[in-house]
Amino acid sequence: MNPNDRPLSPHLSIYRWPVTMASSILHRATGIAMAVGFILFAGWLADAAAGPDAYAAFVATMGSTIGRILLVGWSWAFFYHFANGIRHLVWDTGRGLEKEQANASAWLVIVVSVVLTALLWMVVS
Amino acid sequence: MSLRSPLGRVLGLGTAKDGTGHWWGQRVSGIALALLGLWFVISIAMMPGFGHAEAVAFISKPLHAVLLMLLTVTMGYHSWLGVQVVIEDYVHSHGLRLGSLILSRFAHILVAVVGLFAILRLGIGA
Repeated sequence: MNPNDRPLSPHLSIYRWPVTMASSILHRATGIAMAVGFILFAGWLADAAAGPDAYAAFVATMGSTIGRILLVGWSWAFFYHFANGIRHLVWDTGRGLEKEQANASAWLVIVVSVVLTALLWMVVS
Repeated sequence: MSLRSPLGRVLGLGTAKDGTGHWWGQRVSGIALALLGLWFVISIAMMPGFGHAEAVAFISKPLHAVLLMLLTVTMGYHSWLGVQVVIEDYVHSHGLRLGSLILSRFAHILVAVVGLFAILRLGIGA
C-alpha cells in the first residue's frame, strides 16, 4: 500500500459535521454566552436596587430591538444548555452513549430548546 | 505491580492534583442550576410588568431573595468552572493563561458580589 493512500485525519473544511459535533460546540458556545449573561443578570439586580431611573434605562436598553434579540438569544442559550446539560448527566450514568442514541438525543435537545424558547416568549408577549 | 505510593492511592487525586473535584462541582452546580434557572426564567416571563415597582416587589419577596442569592452564587461558581476550562483549552501561552484564569476568577466574584449586594439591599430594605 502506497503511504499516500492512507486515510488522512479529518480536514475540518471538507468534513461532514455529525450533529453530535455541533451539539458539543453549541454547549460550550451557549455556556460562554451565559457567562456574559451573568453580568447582565447582576446588572439587572443592581439597576433595580439603584432606583427607578437606573431601572428605566435598563428596561429601555433591553426593550430595544437589539436588546430583545439578545434576550431571545440568551433564553434559547439557557434552554439549550439546560437540555444538553441533562443529556450530559444521563451520559455520566453510562447510558445513551451509542452512536445512534447520541445522534437522536442531539436532535431532541435542539428541538426541545427551540420549542421551550418559543413557549417562553408566548408567555411574555 | 503498581508504582503508585499507598498515600497517592488513598488521596486518589491523580496527576492533576485535584482529582474529580472540578468535574463533580460542575455536575452538582449544574443540577442546582437546572432547578434554579428554570424557576428564574419562568418567573421573569410571568412577571406582571417590567416597571421598577414590579421588579422591586419580585426581588424583595423573602423566598425570591433567598432563591436569587442561591442562583447568583451557583451561577457564578458554575460559570467560573466553565470559563476556566475554556481558557485552559484555548489560551496556550503560560503567562497569558495564568493571567486570564486570575482575571476570570476576580470577575466572577465581583459580579456575584454586586448581585448579592443588590438583592440584600432590596430584600432587607434600603
